Amino acid sequence: MTANDRDPAIELRDVSKTFRVAHKKGRVRRGLREVVAVDDISLAIERGSIVGYIGPNGAGKSTTIKMLTGILVPSSGQVRVDRLDPSRARLEVTRRIGVVFGQRSQLWWDLPLRDSFSLLRHVYRVPGPRHQENLDRFVELLDMAEFVDVPVRQLSLGQRMRGELAAAILHDPTILFLDEPTIGLDVVSKEAVRRFLIELNRERHTTVLLTTHDLADVERLCERLIIIDHGTVIEDGTVADIKERYGTERTVVIDLDQPSVPLTVAGTEVVRIDGPRQWLRFRRADTTAAAVVAAVAEQADVRDLTVDEPEIDDIVRHIYQASR
Amino acid sequence: MPLRIYGHLVAAKTRADFQYRTSFFLYLASQTLISFADMVVVLILFTQVSSIASWSRSQVLFLYALSGIGFGLADLFISQVGLVSRHIKAGTFDQFLLRPLGALWQLSALEFAPRRAGRAVQPVIVLAVILPALDVQWTPVKVALVPITVVCGAVIFGAVWVTASSLAFYLVNSQELANSFTYGGSFLTQYPIDILGPWLRRFFTFAVPLAFVCYFPAAYIVDQPLPESIPSWFSFAAPVIALASVVVARALWRLGIRHYRSTGS
Ligand SMILES: Nc1ncnc2c1ncn2[C@@H]1O[C@H](COP(=O)(O)OP(=O)(O)O)[C@@H](O)[C@H]1O
Ligand SMILES: [Mg+2]
Repeated sequence: MTANDRDPAIELRDVSKTFRVAHKKGRVRRGLREVVAVDDISLAIERGSIVGYIGPNGAGKSTTIKMLTGILVPSSGQVRVDRLDPSRARLEVTRRIGVVFGQRSQLWWDLPLRDSFSLLRHVYRVPGPRHQENLDRFVELLDMAEFVDVPVRQLSLGQRMRGELAAAILHDPTILFLDEPTIGLDVVSKEAVRRFLIELNRERHTTVLLTTHDLADVERLCERLIIIDHGTVIEDGTVADIKERYGTERTVVIDLDQPSVPLTVAGTEVVRIDGPRQWLRFRRADTTAAAVVAAVAEQADVRDLTVDEPEIDDIVRHIYQASR
Repeated sequence: MPLRIYGHLVAAKTRADFQYRTSFFLYLASQTLISFADMVVVLILFTQVSSIASWSRSQVLFLYALSGIGFGLADLFISQVGLVSRHIKAGTFDQFLLRPLGALWQLSALEFAPRRAGRAVQPVIVLAVILPALDVQWTPVKVALVPITVVCGAVIFGAVWVTASSLAFYLVNSQELANSFTYGGSFLTQYPIDILGPWLRRFFTFAVPLAFVCYFPAAYIVDQPLPESIPSWFSFAAPVIALASVVVARALWRLGIRHYRSTGS
């Protein structure tokens, strides 16, 4: 491994972005108010990793991505993408990155999807054979054969988004930015997108930074999770780490031989009963699943049991609430 | 942007436009009519007067043709930049910054409207008809000045378009203002600037250099005196002015892009 490979793919150093927005002050007078969309963020993202960048609406996710892709110039701080400053070396950076904004399209609306692909081949000057190879592979992986000759405006959202994704990486970028790529998608398309990203990352070591509101995306794809709110990083770690740190409560679901009165086990609380099935919640600080199960077995006949892991959804909701 | 890529993008836009054939042909016809109407105005004027600021009818038509071709070329290749204000408002300007091509040329190619060609065709015909009718002792310098004037005219119009459109990065609804400089300016360049008051005359010489588009060179070609206080070398200064306009336009456009703020979601 060379020194270059060890440089982070993406780096932000003390980056802030402030917008001046007009607001009404009285009847006629209009004042300017400053909105700090990104507030002194520093972080580095390793090559070849898939990182989830999440946060509530208005947290500053899209603004960060726009600075990384050269659309916005930071108000202060330094941004590096593949060691380049996107606001200075924008054209050079565009060749190394792929970008998908879930709410925008970069396809030619009135032309068949295939035409968009071939136009992008010219725009990025991809050699013909390489383009064909990529195209064949992506059509297969994203299951696009059926609609690649249909005008984009006639595609379903799910089909279009698969097209957007392919369009963003036909020029072999090493870094991929995805801003809510699964928003509004049906289950099948969502799954196609996720499978594709995993495959792309495995095959080509593409670095992926993605924002999403669907935490199933994060669980499937991301080893690392960065949570931001009010423009600052409030949590950063592996999904397992974050679960470990915040998932303070667990539930044991026990199937008894027959319906019973609520079980009484030290350190637990019965939160639900459904026939012979009971849900016992406990804090990890108080006891362990093994101890709970042992205590239950002394009181009744146990047929089956499962331990519910904390849901990433619940944890993240909890983290958001704590930061408000 | 390499010409080949530009060609591919323009071809794609033409294919897309052609799906709406009827409006394509209607627009082409209307563009041809508009530039025809401008000429009719000149002709009607000359049924009332025998000269405008000592310029004869053929001389004014010559001016009209030079200005029309230059403007037509700028209209065809550069005027698309005016749409930047719409893209900024909608937040769709983002996409132009995500590709490895200059945003200006992408706008020019992606918003290319072949139907605009109608505007440039008609003044070419007028030029072909009026050149032999001009009472001019043609010298090599005068001959060379005709194409140079057309090209510089197109460049100056284009630069004015880009400069005025750069305002869109700072002001909402700047397109009308930009259009008044370009479309309004194009109308002015069809007439000798002697018809303007001294203040406007200075404005269109030094601030927005549209007088160089064709009036100064044309005056030399048809042997008309320049207004007092205008040095005679101004007739040959169009290339320098064109270059300077491009430098200014390019700097302002780039500055504008650095101020682009996209839109919140
Ligand atoms: N172009 C803009 N002009 C003014 N304010 C903006 C702009 N873009 C974003 N903002 C504001 O900055 C904050 C962060 O926005 P954004 O980055 O879009 O959040 P997210 O993508 O996390 O939902 C919000 O308060 C938003 O209103
Ligand atoms: Mg967003």
